[in-house]
Amino acid sequence: MEQKEIELLKLLEKNGRMDNDTISKMLDVAPVEVEEMIKQLEKEHAILGYSTLVDWSNVYEYEGVAALIDVKVTPVRGVGFDKIASRIYRFPEVKAVYLMSGAYDLSVSVEGKTMMEVSRFVSDKLSTLDTVLSTTTHFILKKYKHDGIIFDEGDDDDKRIMVTP
Amino acid sequence: MSKSYLANHVKELQPSGIRKFFDLASQMDNVISLGVGEPDFVTPWNVIEASYHSLEQGYTAYTANAGLIELREEISKYLRDTFSISYNPEDQILVTVGASQAIDLALRAIVNPGDEVIVVEPCFVSYSPAISLTGGVPVSVSATADNEFKITPEQIETAITPRTKAIVLCSPNNPTGSVLSREELYGIAQVVRKNDLIVLSDEIYAELAYDEAVTSIASVDGMKERTIVISGFSKSFAMTGWRLGYAAGPTAIMQAMTKIHQYTMMCAPTMAQHGALEALRHGNESVREMKTSYRQRRNFVVKALNEMGLSCHLPGGAFYVFPSIKETGYSSEEFAQKLLEEERVAVVPGQVFGESGEGYIRCSYATSIKQLDESMKRMRRFVKHNSEI
Repeated sequence: MEQKEIELLKLLEKNGRMDNDTISKMLDVAPVEVEEMIKQLEKEHAILGYSTLVDWSNVYEYEGVAALIDVKVTPVRGVGFDKIASRIYRFPEVKAVYLMSGAYDLSVSVEGKTMMEVSRFVSDKLSTLDTVLSTTTHFILKKYKHDGIIFDEGDDDDKRIMVTP
Repeated sequence: MSKSYLANHVKELQPSGIRKFFDLASQMDNVISLGVGEPDFVTPWNVIEASYHSLEQGYTAYTANAGLIELREEISKYLRDTFSISYNPEDQILVTVGASQAIDLALRAIVNPGDEVIVVEPCFVSYSPAISLTGGVPVSVSATADNEFKITPEQIETAITPRTKAIVLCSPNNPTGSVLSREELYGIAQVVRKNDLIVLSDEIYAELAYDEAVTSIASVDGMKERTIVISGFSKSFAMTGWRLGYAAGPTAIMQAMTKIHQYTMMCAPTMAQHGALEALRHGNESVREMKTSYRQRRNFVVKALNEMGLSCHLPGGAFYVFPSIKETGYSSEEFAQKLLEEERVAVVPGQVFGESGEGYIRCSYATSIKQLDESMKRMRRFVKHNSEI
């Protein structure tokens, strides 16, 4: 992959809303070229989507909880962990699924409106799947950093004085 | 009238033009500042950590006058790997309180009262006052936009008199961002050698060059023995507030500088020296990332300025652009003041960097792309509005 494409991906990863005109000036390429690069990167599945990172704790009257669940499963002959993973990641409550090394097999990130809703998902849907042997649920109490973004920094003020040498 | 206790040479010093503009800008709200001559990044976390660790370990005492030997060794390695110049860390490198102190020490070590020192304007605001404080005489030579704000050997030759002792060079340059190529430095070096001068080479922005690697004039044949390399951690590692710089040069000069340093400053702060050690050992990746970001923002600002009719060359380094505002008919100071009052964008009038900066403004692009975008919109509106008058 070309250096410009990597730079483009890094810019969009930080700010998916950056417009093509700004990107074209920053990377010193024509706007039409930026458009083509983005299309190509989408086609190659290097860009999978454009999302917004929300700190829900700052949204007025919004109630929500998140949990990380360690899941131990029995791998199925021929398809390993993929089949069970695909059964799990299709639930809308599930935000992320990772295959892990170590004490357990899958790490599942779940979000729900209440603790009860998440608990019910684990007991009724996740634990009852054929190959799931055990689950350990960890509720997230506070998010400090997510996807490289620090939450709750409070002040992003420029600490420099107005004019300096 | 009561007696003045101030020394005459201090009374004669003019206050910095930047300071005057700061006073004006800081009284206003909603100002986007492009007047900031320092990185917008916070010092890389591993460097801060190393400094915490230093304090936790109880390193709260003086270091050797010349700085921690480990740090001098690391600086020596850096200069060898980056510029192919080799200095003995024992007696050819001095760790200072910022590059500014290194400049001051270098001038104090070499300038006798009445000696002339050539400064290439537009330049950093401190050179001429620092020369005056030693009793020396600053002699300005103007680099102009026609030559991308680069000085020619002929211009230097013309300014040389029997009293000329040294020349101060800064590449990449503050405020123009110009970078002197290896060939251009060869030409300058010839004049310097022929006239037996010393060069103070301010290389504080050397890591921030976007199109070609910077050459240190000390690496040109016959120049190491007559060059004092000045650099530091402020710009490349976003460590301005740490006040840590260094000088490298011929043993006799460095020993003289160390002697002054030991009587005036003792040593640079210990925890900052431990931070700098970490920066040199493990900071390359952070520098690369910051540099990429500066390059992108430079491209953005230069295009935006040219599009709005303020002609601006593409600077090769540092984080400043130096566009011409001559088309507007305003002086630099009028332009900067009106822009601040009407659109709340702070830029630095070019003439504070020397007479040849008149007709230009310095804009720093070390601020977020969001702020840059907004400031360029405001400037475009300002230029359009003022050109219609």
